[in-house]
Amino acid sequence: MSRVLALHLGLVALLLAMHFVLPAYHHGNLARVMVLACYAIGFNILFGYTGLLSLGHALFFAAGMYGMGLAITQLGAAPAPALLAGLIAGLVVAGITGALALRTVGVAFMIVTLMFAQAGYLTILYFGDITHGDEGFVIQPAQRVLWGLDLSDPSWRYLAAWALFSACLIASLALVRHPFGRTLTAIRENEERARLLGYDVALRKWVAVVISGGISALSGAAYGLLFGYAGASFASVQYSIFPLLWVLLGGAGTVLGPFIGTLFMFYLIDLTSGITTAYMLLAGVVLVLLTLFAPQGLVGEVRRRGWGWLP
Amino acid sequence: MTLKPTDLTRRGALKGLGAAATLPLWTRYAGAQSAEPIKIGFQVHRTGIGAAYGRWYDRTTQAAVAMINEAGGINGRPVEIIAEDDGTDAKRGAEVIEKFATQHNCDIAYGTLFSHVVIGSAPRAGELKLPYFVVSEGHHVASGMLNRYTLQPGITDVKSQVQAMAPFITDQLGKKVTMIFPDYGFGYDHRDNLVPAIEANGGEVIELIAIPPTETSFTKYFPKIPRETEVLYHVMVGPAVLTFVKELGEFFGPQAPEIFGFIDSLEAVNIGSPGLEFLEGTYFWEGMCRHAQPDQSEFETLYREKVGVDDRGASLADPKDVSTYAHMFGCWETLNVIKAGMEASGYSGPSDRAALIEAVEAMTDMPEGVEHPQGPKLFNGKTHQVFGQQYISQVQDGVLTRVHTTSIEDGMYPDEVDYTTQSF
Amino acid sequence: MELGPYLVLATLEGAVMAAVLALTACGLSLVFGVMRVVNVAHGEFFMLGAVFAWWIASHIGGAPAWGFVAALILAPLIVGAIAAAADMTVLRRIDYDPERTIVATIGLLYILQQATLMTYGPDARPVEAPFNTRIAIPWVEWTEAGWALYWPWGVATTSYKMFVIAAAVAVLAGLWGLMTRTRIGLLMRATQLDRDMALAFGIPVERVYALVFGLGAGLAALAAVLIVPIQQAHYLMGHDPLLLSFIVVIIGGLGSLPGTILAAILIGLTDSLVSVFFSPTLAKILATLLVALVLVFRPQGLFGSRAS
Repeated sequence: MSRVLALHLGLVALLLAMHFVLPAYHHGNLARVMVLACYAIGFNILFGYTGLLSLGHALFFAAGMYGMGLAITQLGAAPAPALLAGLIAGLVVAGITGALALRTVGVAFMIVTLMFAQAGYLTILYFGDITHGDEGFVIQPAQRVLWGLDLSDPSWRYLAAWALFSACLIASLALVRHPFGRTLTAIRENEERARLLGYDVALRKWVAVVISGGISALSGAAYGLLFGYAGASFASVQYSIFPLLWVLLGGAGTVLGPFIGTLFMFYLIDLTSGITTAYMLLAGVVLVLLTLFAPQGLVGEVRRRGWGWLP
Repeated sequence: MTLKPTDLTRRGALKGLGAAATLPLWTRYAGAQSAEPIKIGFQVHRTGIGAAYGRWYDRTTQAAVAMINEAGGINGRPVEIIAEDDGTDAKRGAEVIEKFATQHNCDIAYGTLFSHVVIGSAPRAGELKLPYFVVSEGHHVASGMLNRYTLQPGITDVKSQVQAMAPFITDQLGKKVTMIFPDYGFGYDHRDNLVPAIEANGGEVIELIAIPPTETSFTKYFPKIPRETEVLYHVMVGPAVLTFVKELGEFFGPQAPEIFGFIDSLEAVNIGSPGLEFLEGTYFWEGMCRHAQPDQSEFETLYREKVGVDDRGASLADPKDVSTYAHMFGCWETLNVIKAGMEASGYSGPSDRAALIEAVEAMTDMPEGVEHPQGPKLFNGKTHQVFGQQYISQVQDGVLTRVHTTSIEDGMYPDEVDYTTQSF
Repeated sequence: MELGPYLVLATLEGAVMAAVLALTACGLSLVFGVMRVVNVAHGEFFMLGAVFAWWIASHIGGAPAWGFVAALILAPLIVGAIAAAADMTVLRRIDYDPERTIVATIGLLYILQQATLMTYGPDARPVEAPFNTRIAIPWVEWTEAGWALYWPWGVATTSYKMFVIAAAVAVLAGLWGLMTRTRIGLLMRATQLDRDMALAFGIPVERVYALVFGLGAGLAALAAVLIVPIQQAHYLMGHDPLLLSFIVVIIGGLGSLPGTILAAILIGLTDSLVSVFFSPTLAKILATLLVALVLVFRPQGLFGSRAS
């Protein structure tokens, strides 16, 4: 118990310490990775812990990003209410699509979520007059001052990303250790048995979708706010595949996995793009090798090889 | 009020740690010598849907830099291009800008074409105080959407291009116009600017047909073209452009109306490709004439030679490799504007970035010459946008033959922003 | 344009799309039916088919027809061999675990796509059609002299597009024959019904799997060879066929070939006909939501029987 808490709080503290020592480039990268890791954390709650593979999470990420961005550009909202608007947009979208998609299972669930995300992407393009379609729109620095903190400044951006990431990490740790989180794992392992034990499986799966969508949306909203841009490409299929990659790489069903996976993949692409233009080739090779030799992901392997206590 | 960076605390922590190994990379580079090259970060579409443009933007850039370096570089320093692929993706584009600013320590960033990459990257360039010269032809710069660090001095924007085309269309081709355009930002620039321009010239846009992005077959949309259409105005981008134009030909057969297209629909595509015969007699906007004209200027002859394209606008090494001739001159001209700006401001390092921008903002007339082979230009320092001539060509015996040159004034419009009032 | 001719044109365009889609989706459906795995790299096999078609056609001189015919035969074989190799080196080693297969094939997707980018490059390149005559379509109208034929503006198709439809029908008939009338078809169906039983009866299940995976990819490649004279070969072209094949396979009922073909026709025609009545992007949104809702309220697909 205490070593679990120590490990996670240690990571949080380490990331805070990084703020003071990292060179500018990696400082900026880590801020980005932390925000994206929240997206992966959201995805992991559904995929890793509940066992539901969604191929349409970009819908939630984009709902947050556009909920936030449009609140600012169309309604003139301040950043804090805009973030809230993004979160609510994500929760509502997740609530509706979750209720529909959960009527299906397995491959059909994957496809339905994919279809909903595709419809969402096209909807952003369709309302091009306010969303500016694929071009997207800029959120000006003056609109990104949260409680007096200028989020366009690298230091505040890093600290904001760190605060968000810490909150999401601790929340996900608390969730999986909470009885509710444990029933999610029970559903993943054996849905029929969970149902026989008297759990309302359908309701719990829906709540898992909503939590997962909410965290993803928060990540999308924060991404738009911190980096000053919202665009339709964030709603495309590729951004539904990314969290899957990150989570699998880091380790599905582990609390630290999403962060490790996001960080690893980010630098993998960043470094290989200097060697070849076909840098996604390496991502492909890594994925194949992972499935062959480390299907549990990096953190999952660590857990398998001795650290069995890792949550 | 806005709190300012906590740099003091950061620096204090650095000193506390002491050891040189933990020092940020950028402090190690801080004492750069003046003989070091000027580093230009080049954001290039190597992959993704913009790749055909990216390859030619790259070749033009290398040619222009080679020529600048042969002539002694900028302020006595050689120019070094640091190219990074943006994947034609807005997120990666912004990351690449960060990489230029904080890892490669570039003096400026430059390059990219697709609007979403520019719009996604520009906020980061502004925050990092990195001058960002784009070659995008989007109206995003002059519309005021971006910031003081983003400039477009080498290529005109779509608003200006479209506006300059309208009189020719209504006077020479017909009054009832149907538009086919991609259903996203680039297409909206065309839609939003063509409709009022046609109406101002006594014409009428009778139908707007927006094609969804990622579409690969087009025939099913063409029946929406009304029969009374006198002029069909088309513009399309992406890998499916050849399919688009071919299917347009198959649809009309012998009964086509007048057809006016933006050459974007055929950039990097050989106009002699099978299925394109119907284009004979149709008109195209060209930023610069792909096929060498009889009265080609000596500057353009030199430009073709240096970049390595033949009289048909294809690579000298491979005649099947057709260039994006109507756009890529923007790279050549932008690099020359950067050179002129750095020389005018006595640029010596990143601390002179603001001075560089002020020097470019102060520019107005850019006469035709080796630096500006496409033609004379007029730069508007307030909107950060350049204005220039546009060309209209007709396909005659398979050759794009220039039939009309607009004046710079044809493409001018009232300022929508004054970036010079923004602080650095 | 009047509605009648417009609908004719949209139907013809939809039929071409349906033909290509039916071939591609049958490949995916076959793999799912027999092997019970989802092949996310299916679209890349489609893309490889188109790229090899360009490569073969541009290396064979003479009339365009020769290059095309060579591509029609060779490209599916090459792609099928690549797929079978991928099956033996990767999928077999992870024991066809459904989730790991999805991840592995996503990896395969990137490997194939990026390897194409490194070798073939980022351009869209055309293959010349062996024949391509424009065929105008007449329509009837009421004139003072009674009913009369006329040729409405723009309503036309090409001989090549008609050939694509015919070729797809022929290939599908061949596939049907293969599955129902031959020994290898019998082995596939036996493996599909019960893998363990098939193993017990001495069926070389691993070889059947490699064959099925190769055949599925070959069908996608064949569809691409047929379409590449109409569209161009491009390294990102596998995306749409993958999505659409997914939809078709699900709507048709997973693993059911007749259902898949019916669904392909339905989706192909819907896509074209819906664009008659709505603005194109709105049409895409509606079509996508429609598919999702069909799945939600009829998870076994429109033509499938209720699965376990």
